[in-house]
Amino acid sequence: MLKIWSMKKEQQKAENAEGAAGGKKKKVTAAQLRVQKDLSELSLGNTMKTEFPDPDDILSFILYVEPDEGMYKDGKFSFTFNITPSFPHEPPKVQCREKIYHPNIDLEGKVCLNILREDWKPVLNLNAVIVGLQFLFLEPNASDPLNKEAAEDLRANREGFKRNVKISMSGGTVKGETFDDVRRPR
Amino acid sequence: MASAEVYPASEPARWKYLDNIRTRAGPLTNPDIFDGQVVAQNMENMKILVIGAGGLGCEILKNLALSGFKDIHVIDMDTIDISNLNRQFLFRQSDVGSFKAEVAARFVERRVKGVKITPYNCKIQDFDEDFYMQFQLVVCGLDSIEARRWINAMLVNMVDEEAVDSYKPLIDGGTEGFKGQARVIFPTVTSCIECQLDMHAPRAAVPLCTLASIPRQPEHCIEWAHVIAWDKEKPFPKLDNDDPEHITWLYQKALTRAQEFKISGVTYSLTQGVVKNIIPAIAATNSVIAAACCNEAFKIASNCAPCLGMPGENNYMMYSGNDSIYTYTFQHEKKDDCPVCGNLARELVIENPEWTLRELVDSFAVRPEAQLKKPSIRSESKTLYMQSPASLEEQTRPNLDKTLKELGLTDGQEIGVTDPAFATVSFKFKLKFKQAAA
Repeated sequence: MLKIWSMKKEQQKAENAEGAAGGKKKKVTAAQLRVQKDLSELSLGNTMKTEFPDPDDILSFILYVEPDEGMYKDGKFSFTFNITPSFPHEPPKVQCREKIYHPNIDLEGKVCLNILREDWKPVLNLNAVIVGLQFLFLEPNASDPLNKEAAEDLRANREGFKRNVKISMSGGTVKGETFDDVRRPR
Repeated sequence: MASAEVYPASEPARWKYLDNIRTRAGPLTNPDIFDGQVVAQNMENMKILVIGAGGLGCEILKNLALSGFKDIHVIDMDTIDISNLNRQFLFRQSDVGSFKAEVAARFVERRVKGVKITPYNCKIQDFDEDFYMQFQLVVCGLDSIEARRWINAMLVNMVDEEAVDSYKPLIDGGTEGFKGQARVIFPTVTSCIECQLDMHAPRAAVPLCTLASIPRQPEHCIEWAHVIAWDKEKPFPKLDNDDPEHITWLYQKALTRAQEFKISGVTYSLTQGVVKNIIPAIAATNSVIAAACCNEAFKIASNCAPCLGMPGENNYMMYSGNDSIYTYTFQHEKKDDCPVCGNLARELVIENPEWTLRELVDSFAVRPEAQLKKPSIRSESKTLYMQSPASLEEQTRPNLDKTLKELGLTDGQEIGVTDPAFATVSFKFKLKFKQAAA
């Protein structure tokens, strides 16, 4: 067992002329490198922003989404992103920080987006996720509900649903639930 | 009871032949590294990890325990299903529903005195580098390519060229019906599982048009019934693969179609197999492959004979029992562009340790080995400079005017460099500081 490593060491020594100074240096992990790559390729446009509470920890950050059209226009929504060391084999964990009225986001902030669960593939990147999140605000999807009441509302009466979204976004009460005020200051 | 008398507490008879091999040099032992005095002790101290306690795993655990390994750890997230019992011989009917790792560990501990088996009833992904670092050898008996790739990437990334202990040989066994393979991977030295990914050809999906118009095989007729006829006729609201009534419906449809095209061979059990995507697991194949894997483990641990995977030597043994018995052992070569073992840190010479980060960033544009115009740079624990997103750029911009030394970058430090212009690659560099004018 030892032999192969001594061979490898000699091979490296020959390549490096001399070994570097001792002390174990932490290596950049595959997940970190991938997240770094994904972040440098994000296209946030002017409706999204990121915030890194600790810039040295790029595996957790907050994404702000400010839709400029659709029923959720003029709102400001934030999502926590937590990325595990298994990324990209596992999707990032994403949660909405506000309590909002949305068919695909439940009252705890859990998000129902196919690529965050069953359809996640390692070839997908963070940009795909943020595009997906933005799309949820432009086109809430009643056929795949997490908040069943909101989905039912959207299906039954689109105009009524729109009004309820407006009420909820200003901190009002819809169907007995009080929501967070997510209007962004003008 | 009788066996307790035949083999007293220390059971010397059981280990007699093993010890003959472990203590005596033979024609294949390398006199430079073989020391018969210490092999048994070394093996007892060695921590070995087995991944998977299924068809292969049961065999592997039993073989390792009987090969003189004393400290075995096993990971499996699955529980025992009744259909496992025909070949996963460490499990009994009363164990159905219990964790495989747990039951297998206890069974082997009972039968082989003096061996300690530590079970982990969870996913391999639940553990981090520190966990895997404690083992000297990893043996995989998995049925999932995804899990193999994960552990492979983990072991390759753990390699620290300065620390011999960070190299963990990986022995991987796999079977599919009458075919199987055993291979040995020395992370970063030999080709890795990712390099060998094309050896696992996914089962070719039959084009839909073949199914719809010109079936040639009984499987085509079954797939047709499954994919096309079912959706058209919807005999039941939702297809349940375990419902005999549903399978019977598919079988009848497929049979009618097969007769129409004069194809023979459609049976109920074939229908079930195709629909549930079952590749029959064959106990004999598992035992052949597990034996080959454990043989390699024993050779690596004892140095009693050359193992697979030595540089420039064979590292891959394939076995086929489809037509008589055939094995072929060859050297699978490392891929230079392998995304796992091909992306190892390259050396980056820093001319002047007093450089600021800005000078380093700018230097990437002109370095022939990089040519990166908009590099973002991180070390393992520090975000040095990110070109985007905007908030991160702003937070890391002050770093640009600091010297590398101030940022804690020293000789041998590894950094990751990405650039949106190179969408598919990222770079890892190991900093090498040039000594100040000596």
